[in-house]
Amino acid sequence: MPARKDLLGLENLTSREIIQYLDLAEKFASVLKRPIPFVPSLRGKTILTLFFEPSTRTQISFSIAAKRLSADIVNFSQSASSLTKGETILDTAKNIEAMKVDGVVVRHSAPGAAKILAENLDAFVVNAGDGSHEHPTQALLDLMTMRQVFGRFKGLKVLIIGDLEHSRVARSNIFGLKTLGAEVAVCGPPTLIPLDIEDLGVDVFYNTDDIIHDYDVVMALRIQLERQQGGLFPSLREYRTLYGLTKERVASMKQKGIVMHPGPTNRGVEIDPDVADGSKSVILKQVKNGVAIRMAVLFVHAGGKLG
Amino acid sequence: MADILIKEGRVIDPKTDLDEVLDVLILGNKIAKIDKNIKKEGAKRIDAKGKIVGPGFFDLHCHLRDPGRPDVETIESGSQAAIAGGFTTICCMPNTSPVIDNEGLVNYIYKEAARVNLCRVYPIAAITKERLGKEITEFGELVRAGAKGFSDDGDVVADCNMFRRALEYSKAFDVPIFEHPIDKDLAKDGLMNEGVISTRLGLSGSPGIAEEVIVARDLLVARFTGARLHLCHISTKGSVDLIRRAKEDGMEVTCETCPHYFFFNDELLSGFDTNFKVNPPIRSEQDRQAVIEGLRDGTIDCIATDHAPHCQADKELEFTNAPFGMIGFETALPMIVMELINKQKFNWLHVLEKLTINPAKVVSEKLGVVKKNAVADVVIIDPKKKWRLTANAIRSRSKNTPLLNKEMTGQVVAAIVDGELKYQSSKLKNK
Repeated sequence: MPARKDLLGLENLTSREIIQYLDLAEKFASVLKRPIPFVPSLRGKTILTLFFEPSTRTQISFSIAAKRLSADIVNFSQSASSLTKGETILDTAKNIEAMKVDGVVVRHSAPGAAKILAENLDAFVVNAGDGSHEHPTQALLDLMTMRQVFGRFKGLKVLIIGDLEHSRVARSNIFGLKTLGAEVAVCGPPTLIPLDIEDLGVDVFYNTDDIIHDYDVVMALRIQLERQQGGLFPSLREYRTLYGLTKERVASMKQKGIVMHPGPTNRGVEIDPDVADGSKSVILKQVKNGVAIRMAVLFVHAGGKLG
Repeated sequence: MADILIKEGRVIDPKTDLDEVLDVLILGNKIAKIDKNIKKEGAKRIDAKGKIVGPGFFDLHCHLRDPGRPDVETIESGSQAAIAGGFTTICCMPNTSPVIDNEGLVNYIYKEAARVNLCRVYPIAAITKERLGKEITEFGELVRAGAKGFSDDGDVVADCNMFRRALEYSKAFDVPIFEHPIDKDLAKDGLMNEGVISTRLGLSGSPGIAEEVIVARDLLVARFTGARLHLCHISTKGSVDLIRRAKEDGMEVTCETCPHYFFFNDELLSGFDTNFKVNPPIRSEQDRQAVIEGLRDGTIDCIATDHAPHCQADKELEFTNAPFGMIGFETALPMIVMELINKQKFNWLHVLEKLTINPAKVVSEKLGVVKKNAVADVVIIDPKKKWRLTANAIRSRSKNTPLLNKEMTGQVVAAIVDGELKYQSSKLKNK
């Protein structure tokens, strides 16, 4: 593959490019099943994870992926607020450049932050979440999981429930799913549905119970507790009543339907514990696929060769 | 002071509806004669064949960052940029550090502008002390010192009653109140126009109604008080509609828009270029078209620059943290030529009116006219000149414009202030 140096989002990827990542990730998934789950593909390459926003699982997932590819990995975390006072993200980029790393995985609270690094570094850049904008590896692992269950995207019906306004996971999924020919709908309190989202080609609903039975995939988004304090919805209790994935609600889903969540979950708010751990849940499969997807992404952008 | 004879330019004056190839003779600081074949021994001759000769531009709205941020702009560097952009008069907003809310700072602006001695610089003073929205400033003393209007620009006067009192109090001095119409609660932490583009980019949006509710409020309060209201940087279709209706009802409100609101739309923010981050935000294509219609039918009286310099280090921050604003003095004319003249087919008389006589009237100045005995503030324009806007070419101390390194059409070739040639481009032929 890659014509592109960086992976900043799914918005401008072709379906061919997305499928290539998924196919390669399946290969790495089989590597991960081996007793010694390593390949030497990226030996001698140095990858830096740069997290300006706290995240445990994404950073760990990338680290494990890099190690499985035999790359050297350096992890760095710092809150963006302490950064903005002195050093700009551009200064950071120049310092990284001087230290000669091959690739940078970046998480930042500002939309477009990964793009600034990508434009100023020779090293490849993987966006691990830029504010509410995109989180491409999360969407790729979601797509991989959906394909494993349903074997297709054309006509697949996906419902995303929750805080669409602030969700980079939702945006990347919408872009990827639409490109691959799936039908996407969103549902949530109107205060958390961003303006004109239907212009992205998605259906918009406010009442979960009217529609949940119609979807193959139901993805709950994480509700951030500060949104309630911001006056966007009245209480976590009412949120759960209207939009939470409860056992009763999930019981009305299609027989073969699946429940997804990007994690970490607020159990008892957007998803009940018995649903998160229940038979329709593929949440741990998503986490597992995350390592394979990140191996595929690092491999492709670091210019690895399949042996 | 040398007398100046401008030969064979297309002389355009909106006040007298003049549009004809003529000579203009300037004696002292006055326009002495406008006629064919003027001869004058000893006068400096400027050949203006193929050029437009009009009144000097009058900017109602700019930020000179003086006092406060000499690394970003000063009265000196701002005046150099203004004059190169054809602006012979500029009104500077008071959101400096410290805020222009007292006589001493108004005096400072005049003193510094006189030292620089390029264009006229008129201070707009703050409506409230330190722009905090709590206590009204000393309008009387500020007007006596030379403040031409009042504004808390950068912020709306959020308190409705404070706004009412400011308008009422201003009536004693017959000065306009310049409002920055954006409701803070609705705009919240908005970084760009709210709509499908902000939704796609995950950037928090500031909705058009944040502007429109304040425009509507201000029109009501202005009608109630009978005071002079000038609405700054109008950017939405809803605002244009509200102001149009108010004018149809006979209200004497005035308003301005800026070149970036008729030149750009929010799709251009897709690349996260912080040079497009302005307040109010660049709006949708529908809003852009409505602003053009508002200019066409006279709803929008003035084109102001909202020249807002910021240093490179600040604009290199992430989109979320970069400051709002773009420079405007040196790009205003080419943006007007490329969009309004060349694409929208506005005529020059109509466009120049919004850059000269109309803004001058907002602050009760008898400027912006090219006729016999008028003060000689004159600009000469080459409307066809193509050039590249390089960082070197920009005289402002800051280079924050999305048009950097882009091809421009239309250039100011000379500017005369009070009868003195203060700016001429290197290509201009002198005899």
